[in-house]
Amino acid sequence: MTALIIILCLILLSIIAVQYGRFRELSAKIRGEEAAMKESNNRNAAFGVVFVIGFLIFCVVSALYYRNWMLGYGPHESASEHGIELDALFDITLFFTGIVFVLTQIFLFWFAYKYREEKGRKALFMPHDNTLELVWTVIPAVVMCFLVVRGLYAWNEVMADVDPDEEYMEIEALGQQWNWLIRYPGADNLLGETNYRLFSSTNPLAQDWNDTKNLDDFHPNEIVLPKGKKVRVRIRAKDVLHNFDLPHFRVKMDAIPGLPTYFVFTPRLTTEEYRENLKQYPEYQALNEDGVPLWESFNYELACAELCGRGHFSMKRIVRIVEQEEYDRWLATQTSWYEQSVMGTADDPFGDLANLSEIPAYRAAMIANEFNTDADRALAATDEADKTVILKHVYYATGKYDFSGITEKYYLTHVASFLKKNPDVVIELSGHTDNVGSAEGNQVLSENRANKIADYLRGQGIGNERMVVVGYGQDRPIADNASPEGRAQNRRTEFKIISQSAPITNTETTVQ
Amino acid sequence: MANVAVPTHEDDILIQELGYDDHFHEHHDEDKYQSGFIGKYIFSMDHKIIAKQFLITGMFWAIIGALMSLVFRLQLGFPEEDMAWLKPILGQWITVNADGIGALDPQFYYALVTMHGTILVFFVLTAGLSGTFSNLLIPLQLGARDMASPMLNMFSYWFFFLSGMIMFFSLFLSTGPFSGGWTAYPPLSALPQASTGSGAGMTLWTLSLVFFVVSVLLGGINYITTVLNLRTKGMSLWRMPLTIWAFFVTAILGLLSFPVLVSAFLLMMCDRGLGTSFYLSEIFIGGEALDHVGGSPVLYQHLFWFLGHPEVYIIILPAMGLVSEVLAVHARKPIFGYKAMVYSILAIGFLAFIVWAHHMFMSGVNPFISNFFVVFTLIIAVPSAVKVFNWITTLYGGNVRFTSACLFGIGFVSLFISGGLTGIFLGNSAIDIQMHDTYFVVAHFHIVMGIAAFFGMFAGIYNWFPKMYGRFMNETLGKIHFWGTMIGAYAIFWPMHYLGMAGVPRRYYRFDSFDTFSHFSTMNQFITVAAIIVFAIQVLFVINFFYSIWYGKKMTTRNPWGANTLEWTTPINAGHGNWPGNIPSVHRWSYDYGKDGKEFIPQHYPMQEGETEVH
Repeated sequence: MTALIIILCLILLSIIAVQYGRFRELSAKIRGEEAAMKESNNRNAAFGVVFVIGFLIFCVVSALYYRNWMLGYGPHESASEHGIELDALFDITLFFTGIVFVLTQIFLFWFAYKYREEKGRKALFMPHDNTLELVWTVIPAVVMCFLVVRGLYAWNEVMADVDPDEEYMEIEALGQQWNWLIRYPGADNLLGETNYRLFSSTNPLAQDWNDTKNLDDFHPNEIVLPKGKKVRVRIRAKDVLHNFDLPHFRVKMDAIPGLPTYFVFTPRLTTEEYRENLKQYPEYQALNEDGVPLWESFNYELACAELCGRGHFSMKRIVRIVEQEEYDRWLATQTSWYEQSVMGTADDPFGDLANLSEIPAYRAAMIANEFNTDADRALAATDEADKTVILKHVYYATGKYDFSGITEKYYLTHVASFLKKNPDVVIELSGHTDNVGSAEGNQVLSENRANKIADYLRGQGIGNERMVVVGYGQDRPIADNASPEGRAQNRRTEFKIISQSAPITNTETTVQ
Repeated sequence: MANVAVPTHEDDILIQELGYDDHFHEHHDEDKYQSGFIGKYIFSMDHKIIAKQFLITGMFWAIIGALMSLVFRLQLGFPEEDMAWLKPILGQWITVNADGIGALDPQFYYALVTMHGTILVFFVLTAGLSGTFSNLLIPLQLGARDMASPMLNMFSYWFFFLSGMIMFFSLFLSTGPFSGGWTAYPPLSALPQASTGSGAGMTLWTLSLVFFVVSVLLGGINYITTVLNLRTKGMSLWRMPLTIWAFFVTAILGLLSFPVLVSAFLLMMCDRGLGTSFYLSEIFIGGEALDHVGGSPVLYQHLFWFLGHPEVYIIILPAMGLVSEVLAVHARKPIFGYKAMVYSILAIGFLAFIVWAHHMFMSGVNPFISNFFVVFTLIIAVPSAVKVFNWITTLYGGNVRFTSACLFGIGFVSLFISGGLTGIFLGNSAIDIQMHDTYFVVAHFHIVMGIAAFFGMFAGIYNWFPKMYGRFMNETLGKIHFWGTMIGAYAIFWPMHYLGMAGVPRRYYRFDSFDTFSHFSTMNQFITVAAIIVFAIQVLFVINFFYSIWYGKKMTTRNPWGANTLEWTTPINAGHGNWPGNIPSVHRWSYDYGKDGKEFIPQHYPMQEGETEVH
């Protein structure tokens, strides 16, 4: 019914329009075509002038109105270093084209108005003018040269790949229908090899586990980068084309199956700093749906800018830029995909490590490297909270305090040699449990775990006076006990450097 | 053919005296081409009828394409609104939830975007624009009886028709029409696993466009041959109107670039059907690793844009030619810098072939290569600027008649400036890093080659409608059409620059997945409302067009605009062969307006004693 009414209205409107047109035609005939034409000429010529004034005002006002939303303006200074030059280039181009735009639009409609038909006036016979034409060929050519030179200079700077000698970090982004997956290289700073035939639900980035560089690579949910550090993003696609688009960083590059691409950039504003910039502008004081000011809920976002199918519009990842210290802390909480999901499964080419008579060399190096990184950080830290080292490669089954694997033992030899190398260090060795079982039972279990490690270290020649052995039961979880992964992380032992200048007297608080 | 026998008409006398006798009537007494209704109006070989066929078919497709854009604009402007009322038309593509709220399926959203692009670029702005006016004006303005091969010309239209039929059928496939963007980049377009539209939809899309290319080639080879061989006596190349120059270069561009598109499609078909790996490599999709190894999706992009870029000039050059002619006629002045205009057309035509990879700065091609493409791309700004300055100077000192045709000509220049200048941003690869595939690009190309080309086409239709149908279109409605479209088109596309500058990517089904892109719902609503209004105004144009065919003001003189070109020397409603007697011979260029105190001197007027050609 509604449709019928709408259709009838439309038909009616078009009849009215046609009748109006006919009426005008007839009235023109009555008044004389010439007079009607003259009137129409004057009116349309004047419309032209009104239009161009209105249009130019509209352009300026609307641009100013939206200014603070546009990247490169207001609070949106580029979050990457190269973006500053790109924004400047945009502004320079805007300056030149703006002049041409305003002048030509004005001349176009002004000439049309000024030289509207008048009976009796003769039109100028002006077929060409070589000087004039030369001038307006040369001027655009010169301006173009300037823009090309400056543009290409910036382009080649921005698009240059990293120099192998310079300091940079590399991460990987893989586009698939319809999300982005992110891979970090882990402790070795090298991304492992991939092979597209290896994609599976347990191997979302098609990593080749025979390549030991893969073993420490981890897959975070968001891109976290330290401010001021050069990043090379290796960009891959699994199925169709995607485009790695970071609008706030002026970064954009297609992701192509079978043809990895890259983009190199250096973040220059942390997420917090960007929020502070936004806070200065009234537009961003408005509240979002959750009642939080826009500036406060701001996040850098990774999008897809190449049509990739029905979910193209939803490929979002959050990007966080943080200070180096925070980045390091974040890095420490990440576990490699291999350890999380592959180790010990059918896909693990190394099988069950515990059954191997000898730890493969790469594995040994990886474990050593990991422990030493953690221990050095703890040694250097000034904040007490950062003086703790979790004994990552000592795993416990629920309710158990024993460890027998060769990996654990190998790992603990590094703890021992660390303590030997730093004879002034005194540690608090603590055991922890998940929340399975009673609290009392867990207290005992945690003490047993700590003691077991202490025994082993004593066996390696570490004196009792170097270790304060405690159990904290289930009171100090580092992960959510609700999930099996969280509980596994909570079943742990760790040590804290409580003194590193002079040995303290033996307080012998070993609990038996 | 009421006016055939008017031997006393001043033009006829001149043509009879000075014209060229090609013995047309000794061969065509019975006019075997036009016997019967079918021969005259359907399988016609008369270039004037074929022009009308192209125009009306183009209008059909323009309405379809515009309606599609309204549907996706509704989605973008009012994503939460109920679309259940479209279910009777769109069927399964509207999903109605438990509350009765209908939503557009994202798959179909992308199909609409894809079809809108394909239809507008190929069917409307290539066939509808160049097909119409090349056919109508090349023989008439050159003083030819018809095209070099009327038969091929007829085939050209019917291949276009066939192509359109196939595309039309593809809209009704259960898996949906092709939905991978009008550029059809593989692997998305090559693999049905990637998008349901890439199955039968893509097959029909490809087939349709192959037939379309056949149509363009048949037309193009005809245009070129006609321009080179069938110019009347005295019509040297440097006396041709700019319309003809534009159509001529357009046809050459089409002839050189469209076959590359077919080769791109051929390789695509091999990849799809024969298991080759031209474009596909190392793809894991639908739970399996495909065996294609070693191909490159970038190869397709090179081939596609080798057509795709000249294609935008295939669209805009005819519009430029029409506008040059219309502005000169209605400003009563010679086009300023005729030779510079011709050289600009030639320069643009040449450069069109060496800038294609500026569509691919962010496609993973070696950044070093982009240096060349940036240079060539920005060089195009120079001939384009020359053309703009020349159009503006053509108005200077004129006696401008604000007919609808002239208004659309002026509007074209305004749009071409606005859209052309943003090309300087995008052609500079460094700026393109940020702007690539954002709404800034959408704004740029819609203004410079979408709306501007439409304005050129409208200028042409209003100007040559009397030639086509012997009646005028209604001028009042024409002016409402012009101002509504002029203001409306800017209202639609100008704000899109801001969206692009805010980083909003194109081809998004909705914007609320991202905080960054979700702040512009008011602007998107504004754009959608403007689009609906502009569409309504185009409906007015269509009504005016068809109404005027039968009821418009009758043409009483042969040359209502006082133009110099030869088409206005033919009788009103000229029959097949265009001129009843001799064909006119030409003694001057087509822009002698206001020369020696005369308002205009048509091309078939002999030079006076002591008169010199000035250009």
